[in-house]
Amino acid sequence: MINLQLPVTEDQIRTLKIGDEVSLTGTIVTGRDAAHVWMIDEKPDEVRDLLTGTVIYHCGPVVSKKDGEWIFVAAGPTTSIREEPYQGDVMKEYGLRAVMGKGGMGEKTLAALKEHGGVYLHAVGGAATIQAQSVKKVLDVIKLEEFGVPEAMWVIEVEDFRAVVTMDSHGNSIHKTIKEKSTQIAEKLIHS
Amino acid sequence: MSFQLDTNRLRDAVVELIRMASTQLPEDVIQAMATGRDREDEGSPAKSVLNFMLRNAEEAKKNSTPICQDTGTNIHYITIPVGVSMRAVQQTIIEATRIATEKAYLRPNAVDSVTGKNTGDNTGEMAPYFHFEEWDEPAIKIQLALKGGGSENVSAQYKLPDNRLNAGRNLEGVYKCIIDTVNSAQGLGCAPGVIGIGIGGDRASGMLIAKKQLFRLMTDTNSDEKLAELETRLYDDLNTLGIGPMGFGGKTTVLGVKVGAAHRLPASFFVSIAYMCWADRRHTMTFTETEVTYD
Ligand code: SF4
Repeated sequence: MINLQLPVTEDQIRTLKIGDEVSLTGTIVTGRDAAHVWMIDEKPDEVRDLLTGTVIYHCGPVVSKKDGEWIFVAAGPTTSIREEPYQGDVMKEYGLRAVMGKGGMGEKTLAALKEHGGVYLHAVGGAATIQAQSVKKVLDVIKLEEFGVPEAMWVIEVEDFRAVVTMDSHGNSIHKTIKEKSTQIAEKLIHS
Repeated sequence: MSFQLDTNRLRDAVVELIRMASTQLPEDVIQAMATGRDREDEGSPAKSVLNFMLRNAEEAKKNSTPICQDTGTNIHYITIPVGVSMRAVQQTIIEATRIATEKAYLRPNAVDSVTGKNTGDNTGEMAPYFHFEEWDEPAIKIQLALKGGGSENVSAQYKLPDNRLNAGRNLEGVYKCIIDTVNSAQGLGCAPGVIGIGIGGDRASGMLIAKKQLFRLMTDTNSDEKLAELETRLYDDLNTLGIGPMGFGGKTTVLGVKVGAAHRLPASFFVSIAYMCWADRRHTMTFTETEVTYD
């Protein structure tokens, strides 16, 4: 297990390799389709400091409000590939060091991870209870009115949030290599 | 004597069934995951991910919170005694579904396909989904599965023969379809999955049979010898693909393979595959005039 205290530097991120398990502690920000389109179209400055050196998490949380404070009830990852057209550019524009979600991303993001110095972190799907327990505090929420709960950008403080590096800054992707290998085996089973 | 249905009692019992399905992973699924974990290499992501999933299941049960935020399509397979009104049972389950959504056992998951509007209470056209059968026992049996979108998206249906797979109209052809489905899914259906297969039928009944297989215990053996053999062979071979939990690599790609068959038209040969994620949420309730039991 590698502990990552956020924000992280480019050098730290470049030491990570696919298959590494990480535990995140610090401030991260959620963002899905609406947030990515907004960051590309309008390049808002208000999120710049929040995003530099940290993680954007593809997550549409289930939240509740208790005594005026937001609480994350479920905080599992959503499918990342939808952000493929934007992710690399958002990463470079805002100095993000990691993207977290599920299912992995494509060639464009992989190239950006290499060029800029970043990793893709895969969170476990279907483990929403534990993931919500790792969210210690909701610090802020951006564009809640306009984007709605799942799409808003939630600024959250996490502690010991677990994920696996499945794409690194050296051009490697677990998703690519596993698929290549399993397809070879599948073809043998199918055509023998 | 005919079965006296107390709908208030049934409603409360179904709310509890939904709560259990959403928050408690069945024992046999937990066992299958533990077996997978023990087989994975020390220090591998596969091992720690399986441990993480098991820990999540434990916490969800303890806190009575959903195992996964996608509480899925609610599929009810219902068996009723002669003379009980299907409509009354259906109406009662719909009411229970609304209550369970309010109590946050279920996420609002029913979206109008035309307007895009979420009904907010998990009810609507074909939501929840009902399938009725009749039996001679003095009890209502409800089997409930919560099937998440990620796993439904990687489910598939084939029409044999299939030239790409060189798959003919026989069990060997069926085998090839399943290998292809699980390989295409990679980790996206939240592997390790449980694979329900329906051979034959039409496009709808084939998928129904596939989904029905998901209620079988991981440990049971198919009563048809040929299908039992196919299940074992598929289980072993699928686990050599190396996809592993969440597609991170490993020996545990599937937790179980269950096959059922139906008669088909001479002109058609469908293979329907219902991929169920590791969060294989299903429970059964038996409701008599005096008692309710869950397993
Ligand atoms: S497929 Fe994954 S995200 Fe969807 S319900 Fe299953 S475990 Fe949850």
